[in-house]
Amino acid sequence: MSRLTDERVATAREIIGRFPRKKSALIPLLHLAQEQDGYVAQDAMVHIAELLELAPAEVYGTASFYEMFKFHPVGKYCINICTNISCQLVGAWNLLHHAEERLGIKSGGTTDDGMFTIEDVECIAACTEAPALQVNYRYRYKVTPESFDALITELESGKLTDEVPPHGTLASVRQTTTQAWSNRGVQEQAQVDAR
Amino acid sequence: MSVPTGPRIITSRFDVADGHTYAGYVRTGGYASLRKAVSSMTPQQVHDEVKAAEIQGRGGAGFPAGTKWGFLPAGVHPRYLVINGDESEPGTYKDRLLMERDPHQLIEGIVIACYALNAAQAFLYVRGEMAHAQERLAQALNDAYANNMVGKNICGSNFSVDITLTWGAGAYIVGEETALIESLEGERGMPRLKPPFFPAVKGLYMQPTIVNNVETLANVPYIVGRGGGDFKAIGAPTSTGMRMFAVSGHVNTPGVFEVPNGVTTFRMLFEAPEYCGGIRNGGSIKAFIPGGASAMWFFPEHLDMALDKPTVDKAGSMLGSGAIVAMDQTTDMVAACWRIVRFFARESCGKCTPCREGTTWLERVLKRILDGHGRPEDIDLLFEVSESISPGIAWPPRQTTICPLGPSAVSPIASAVRRFRHEFEHYIEHGRPIDGVESPFATHLASHA
Repeated sequence: MSRLTDERVATAREIIGRFPRKKSALIPLLHLAQEQDGYVAQDAMVHIAELLELAPAEVYGTASFYEMFKFHPVGKYCINICTNISCQLVGAWNLLHHAEERLGIKSGGTTDDGMFTIEDVECIAACTEAPALQVNYRYRYKVTPESFDALITELESGKLTDEVPPHGTLASVRQTTTQAWSNRGVQEQAQVDAR
Repeated sequence: MSVPTGPRIITSRFDVADGHTYAGYVRTGGYASLRKAVSSMTPQQVHDEVKAAEIQGRGGAGFPAGTKWGFLPAGVHPRYLVINGDESEPGTYKDRLLMERDPHQLIEGIVIACYALNAAQAFLYVRGEMAHAQERLAQALNDAYANNMVGKNICGSNFSVDITLTWGAGAYIVGEETALIESLEGERGMPRLKPPFFPAVKGLYMQPTIVNNVETLANVPYIVGRGGGDFKAIGAPTSTGMRMFAVSGHVNTPGVFEVPNGVTTFRMLFEAPEYCGGIRNGGSIKAFIPGGASAMWFFPEHLDMALDKPTVDKAGSMLGSGAIVAMDQTTDMVAACWRIVRFFARESCGKCTPCREGTTWLERVLKRILDGHGRPEDIDLLFEVSESISPGIAWPPRQTTICPLGPSAVSPIASAVRRFRHEFEHYIEHGRPIDGVESPFATHLASHA
């Protein structure tokens, strides 16, 4: 879809300023693009390449390594069901099966109305709360077929709009601090000498 | 069953409703250790306390943190502290809690560590999937800057440090320290060859870099506040302090517990009412994973072993990232083995051929056994491929790869096939599990995955 908006470019410049080298801001900027469009659009990657003085191929080269970045539109809500060992031991596959039946799609697929994508994912660090899932990276614990259905109903009715922003938005709070000092190597040495 | 007890060190604010806020943190004693360090201790004195605590790194390898800090070459600047919050080892669940429930404790630990290391820049790398941890840390960091606990001239001293909060985008391998550094540089998260790229010497931007785990640094305020000796007095002399363990799987009350290190036993964690309250449905342990998916499995004969690093190492496995997974007598061991191997096959970064090809082969062979298409020679084939990734299939594992991810896929195979060979043979012959075990795919065929 699109290049980054002016507002996001301003945020991008702030982020770039927190790293000694521009390319370190690449993954955070890809997240910004995904937040804007729900996926990482090709034009956005070209724009990021311009901001970081990289070739677009370098941007895609890094982006394509990471599972969270999507290069095509996905559902407004991505439901990631963990099937790793702790969840498998307490019924994760039955839960995934139920989810597929309920939504009429297979793992990796998106519903026709663009509302839901489901994926069978690796461990999400909620092992003692198994079986667990994330919807747009917000957790649901000890999920049963009944609580899964209730979650879908709530998402469809818009009840969870505040708690679960559309796919692409991670933290609702950003670091806003600017770097307290620059030219770090020299000042760091001076700081050590002063002690 | 009586269990050893100790102070709650890093989980002390988990029950404090506003423990994650700046006000709540300070009210409960927070940032006192940082004030103490920058106002009355030299960096070397802080380092000495951490050394005296003998705290073993909590990320997986268990290397003593104080010793690691000593590896930075003198006089080379800039130097960096990188915090590994990329918790993704299957079964592991503790760093996320520490980041969500007590973000200031971690920040205080980071700033104190930077003081000891003479570093002026830290990078806090959180796992991409952990949105709540990211926002809690972002808020905490903004508040800590506003209150002069991070930034320029901290607490009125001449010490300054910046912390940059950033996060990944879904890749288990980035938990490996050199892969994390690559990711921080904006690259694909592929591990670097060691030597020459030991982070302490050539790390982030080829500068000296210390990479520490979240739980390790969360302990630093206590160590500096109370003294390393007090910390060392807790637990066993060979595994000091308190430590967090996540116990999941077939137990009555799974949970994350902070327990005295080195003296608590696996049986206590599984059976004591304070912890997991026994195996579900009154059952018994068939096998358990003592330290994350990469670890060799343990069996009933290991239940009374203490969670003590040298003891567990000597028995042929590891405590790793504090991830304990209990499997009762109904567990389908072929399916359990396959699921862990599939994880490593999916997460292999692809840099080294033995891992990229080997883990994929192992997964496919196990899959066809599960699907009822196993061949009599498949068990030998599993070992043959395993040999190519980890010659000798021993512990600690040897590796034909740059990092330990590939050899980690061998652990579940060596564990499950050696102990439960008859279950694999039965699958190959009959296309289904032995009587008395439950397939996890009862309504959902494995062929889907």
